Amino acid sequence: MALRGVVWRSTYHDSMVLMRIAEGLRARPGVREAAVLMGTAANHALLAAAGLATPDVADATPGDLIIAVDAGDALQAQAALDAAKGLFDERRQAREATGQALPRTLDSALRQLPDANLAAISIPGAHAAVEARRALKQGLHVFLFSDNVPLETEVELKRLAVEKRLLCMGPDCGTAYLNGVGLGFANVVPRGRIGCVAASGTGLQAVASHLAALGEGISHGIGVGGRDLSAEVGGLMTFLALDALRADAATEVVVLISKPVAPSVMPRLDAALRALGKPVVVCCLGASPEPGSAGTWVSTLEDAAHAAAALASGRVWAARAFSDTEAVRVLLARLAAEAGRGARRGEGILGLYTGGTLAHETTLILEPLLGTIAANFGGRGPGGPHKVLDLGADEFTAGRPHPMIDPSGRAARVSEAGRSAKVSVLLLDLVLGRAAHDDPAASLAAAIRDARDVAARDGRTLTVIASIVGTERDPQGLRAQTDALESAGAIVLPSNAQAARFAALVAKPELAPAMLGQR
Amino acid sequence: MSLETVLGQPLRVINLGLEIFATELQAEGATVVHVDWRPPAGDAAIAALLARLDDE
Repeated sequence: MALRGVVWRSTYHDSMVLMRIAEGLRARPGVREAAVLMGTAANHALLAAAGLATPDVADATPGDLIIAVDAGDALQAQAALDAAKGLFDERRQAREATGQALPRTLDSALRQLPDANLAAISIPGAHAAVEARRALKQGLHVFLFSDNVPLETEVELKRLAVEKRLLCMGPDCGTAYLNGVGLGFANVVPRGRIGCVAASGTGLQAVASHLAALGEGISHGIGVGGRDLSAEVGGLMTFLALDALRADAATEVVVLISKPVAPSVMPRLDAALRALGKPVVVCCLGASPEPGSAGTWVSTLEDAAHAAAALASGRVWAARAFSDTEAVRVLLARLAAEAGRGARRGEGILGLYTGGTLAHETTLILEPLLGTIAANFGGRGPGGPHKVLDLGADEFTAGRPHPMIDPSGRAARVSEAGRSAKVSVLLLDLVLGRAAHDDPAASLAAAIRDARDVAARDGRTLTVIASIVGTERDPQGLRAQTDALESAGAIVLPSNAQAARFAALVAKPELAPAMLGQR
Repeated sequence: MSLETVLGQPLRVINLGLEIFATELQAEGATVVHVDWRPPAGDAAIAALLARLDDE
């Protein structure tokens, strides 16, 4: 074994570029592990934990790039380091071939594009507020993807934005659609007559994708960041966004996607929804409406899309547990027949999620059916037979890309679940769209196959249930990704809500009469 | 550039951070200038204070 590291001083690349280079190095002959990252304190700790820290890289500062490789022998390690240089050179040459020098600052970019109307900011959180403030002062709307921006800074930025009647979408805004253009992680959806205001990127992606499947499109999808409707931020951006959609002629129906709203903000929100003068669907996951509240309240992201589509076309709509009850009966009968052949079953559901809002929605669906669900969010505890993990949470992503970008971490957990006698049902999401991994189903399908094989060899049944947020027009293709998961033995349901309900039915078959109705 | 004018106008974006967002925006037909952003040298908090003074 040979461990080699090198530091490139004063060299910066974004985390997604670094992840792709690291992937390239791991695929090289003899390379067991590779890390390509900036020399921050958190990354030094990660290197140490991965056994990749060497004296050569110990003095790298946050402005320096570290490349570390663990390979079979010294020649292979050195060859990988040389290859890293080649990969970065290729990128540089591709950029130089465009013949345009990139500006180094927002101000110099504004000289190149004086009539710019939006700044998209995804730099590390410690630096993001500086650039967001600068952009707002220059009169630019802001899409602020960066997280780790302090709450008081968010309030200050949004106050400045409101004063100038500019959008400050975020911090921690994963997705937005303006004028038919997707920002951040966005599914490819048609333009249309439904306007969204969303405190959740994945929530907006799910609603937009369901709307596309229903033949509807998005006029604008304005992200506001997860804390906007907290008491501290007071809905500053939600109110501005609702006002914009009220005035927007292309928007006929509005959908509000949020976590529960702070009680101090609710009266103003109710008034703003009434002032819209347009039908509005409210999807506040985990909250119920007070009697007489404005809007059509729904409890899942899928229902938000169905309710909005129905309101837009004047149809009557009622929530259903499953879009195809008969297909669910057939699936359950098949699983029961498999169980009848003597395989043992664990007792619990394990949800492994890349989308935080989808994970939250799942716990809200499972709890009334199965009792307390353990989770790493929402103040829930770690114990119990059923568990849901949001793998995009900070404890899993420190120094690593988000699992929507880098699916390898979750795939490893899926494989591991196959070895656990406790797990009976694996519940998964898969989020497609622009900027997500280009084939997330590939590694997930391999891990599902592996987990089911290991369980079967041990005489156990492992049922894998999944849902996909995506459209046929996404770069990954909804059908192709569905086929990949199904061919690995996963059961793919049309929405996360339906997947969660189906998981509950598999874990507790006696729920079937109540959930499916008597025949 | 006010709120009323951005909804309904083509997006003209300055992108700071993940280069993939610039690439995707271009693919969607938006005009994009990508900034070759680097973290300022030294402590982020001090850099933020200095930037604030610059902006005043």
